[in-house]
Amino acid sequence: MRSFGLVLGAVALVSLGACQKKSSAPTTVKIGVFEPMTGANAAGGAMEVEGIKLANEMFPTVKVGDKELKIELVISDNKSDKVEAANAAQRLVDQDKVAAVLGSWGSSLSMAAGPIVKDKKVPAVALSATNPLVTKGNEYYFRVCFIDPFQGTVMANYAFKELKAKKAVIIREVSNDYSVGLARFFSDSFKKLTGDEGAILSELNYNTNDQDFTAQLTTAKSMNPDVIFAPGNYTESALLIKQARELGITAPFLGGDTWETPEFMDVGKQAVEGAVFSTFFATEVPITETSKTFLDAYRKQYNKEPAAVTALGFDGYLVVRAAIEKAGSLDGPKVRDALAATQRFPGAAGHITFDQNRDATKSAVIKVVKGGKFTYLTTVQP
Amino acid sequence: MTLALFLQHLANALSLGSLYALIAIGYTMVYGILRLINFAHGDVFMLGAYLAFYAVATFLLPWWAAFLLAILVTALFGVVLERVAYRPLRDSPRISVMISAIGASFLIENVGIVVFGGRPKGVQVPDVMNVRLGLGGVSVMSVSVVIPVLTFAVLAILLWVVHRTKTGMAMRAVSTDLDAARLQAIDVNRIISFTFGAGSLLAAVGGIMWSYKYPQLNPLMGTMPGLKCFIAAVIGGIGSIWGAVLGGFLLGGIELLTLAFLPTLTGYRDAFAFVLLIVVLLVKPSGLLGGRHVEKV
Repeated sequence: MRSFGLVLGAVALVSLGACQKKSSAPTTVKIGVFEPMTGANAAGGAMEVEGIKLANEMFPTVKVGDKELKIELVISDNKSDKVEAANAAQRLVDQDKVAAVLGSWGSSLSMAAGPIVKDKKVPAVALSATNPLVTKGNEYYFRVCFIDPFQGTVMANYAFKELKAKKAVIIREVSNDYSVGLARFFSDSFKKLTGDEGAILSELNYNTNDQDFTAQLTTAKSMNPDVIFAPGNYTESALLIKQARELGITAPFLGGDTWETPEFMDVGKQAVEGAVFSTFFATEVPITETSKTFLDAYRKQYNKEPAAVTALGFDGYLVVRAAIEKAGSLDGPKVRDALAATQRFPGAAGHITFDQNRDATKSAVIKVVKGGKFTYLTTVQP
Repeated sequence: MTLALFLQHLANALSLGSLYALIAIGYTMVYGILRLINFAHGDVFMLGAYLAFYAVATFLLPWWAAFLLAILVTALFGVVLERVAYRPLRDSPRISVMISAIGASFLIENVGIVVFGGRPKGVQVPDVMNVRLGLGGVSVMSVSVVIPVLTFAVLAILLWVVHRTKTGMAMRAVSTDLDAARLQAIDVNRIISFTFGAGSLLAAVGGIMWSYKYPQLNPLMGTMPGLKCFIAAVIGGIGSIWGAVLGGFLLGGIELLTLAFLPTLTGYRDAFAFVLLIVVLLVKPSGLLGGRHVEKV
């Protein structure tokens, strides 16, 4: 048995050596895909990966200097868990030695990777993580979407102007930085619009993976709000709205971009009808030439309509590819500088220009659940 | 707080508590006979819910047929699980069996992720479970009325089996002393298989009812309910069937009523259950209705 182990060890060593020799002359570029493939956020991760993979199939190579290198995607599952996310990011930069990282769906998960990519000087591009803290103070983290101070204002405006709401209740997923941040920006903006410090009747909390919200909802019902703002993960939100309707709450529900998943509809069914949320992109209003390319390719391959975050996945890949090409190098700091200099890059979900905080400035769209479909309502300019 | 509001909170608590009780009964039964904490119970619970889902979604069976099929298949699975993962270790130290149970739990979860996929699935709730019943200011779904009825029906059947049938007598004998029971010509293996089958069947009933109340499935859905119901069983006195029911209602009540009166503490919701566990273990280690002897695991 022991000699067998020795032989195995020797084989492993030899093959390791062979691997190292091979990698000294790179023919491929590795791009890390840092997404939740399992756990509470799996559906969001899967939709972004769809977009990244589609872009990879359409544009599989990148020109570095005078060499055409093949781009290899390394998918690392962060398991929708902040601790696992740090491990997954570490694995990508240390073991797989990726040139750049894409993702993750979920601001908390992206923030877990922040110090790691900063430390190893590997540029990372978040696709739909909207919490300001993802990129703040981290010159290696970029994002191709808008941030929550804008998103919160958009929804507060909608509640105040369209729904004529005067009093709101907020229900937050308290363990989720995205939800807590967005709730705060909504609250600030709504109070300013109504000119009433007491416009937010209450801020109620729940935890990720909770399934019973009846206690919070019973409290919310007794306050009789005009509108309920409940940004959070899609399954929890769908269960929450379902239970609210079961308790006889009729106030409209407003939320954020994370609601746009098939699971939100699948779990919530008729109960989520009429739910309104802000997101990044609507297939009804293509913005650039790339939008059309993306939509055609996606519809042909998957035979359905893409979600907004799928378009952002597509864009993230293209932005990184363009930056590597412009930098003419796989060196982290050089790719970073090239990314930072991106100007009006035509992505599928709109033009991308990074501001000094490495955030993209983009318009938001508002969608409503109507007849079991996410339907475009309006576009809001920043 | 108005009376209607309080009654609504109470109805919510009873509805959640009865679900905890239903699942805790299965835990306590296996422990009562074998002195084994079946950590895979929560995953068997998940399996039952998925089987019922696929029976409806893929094989287009009516919900009651799917329900029966799922609980029978899950019971069979429980028997096989015991045969493969626990029986070979029956004469080993108890810690080995417990570790094997933890291993079985992770195995089922991860195979579940591969087979069912990591993305959650929405359950089509049968119409009879999905009727909104209102009384005064209190509103509950019909499933929340069905669950307590089912819990007490299961409790009655189980008490009858354990105290009034020959199998039940054999179960009690095995529970008291396995070797002595064998000397009395009791087929110990058959009794243990039966216990596991019944325990898994209860887990499946709990899982399916859970999926009717919270219509969302994912492969890790059994973890938290599994832990909570284990706590419920320990609070009530693990091994005691009445204790499991009491523990379930207590846990559900304390969880929801604390949230109702102290909404600022919602972030600590799951902590309540564990604090309660620690307090009960410190004050009365055998649980509220448990026997006098304390088993070290």
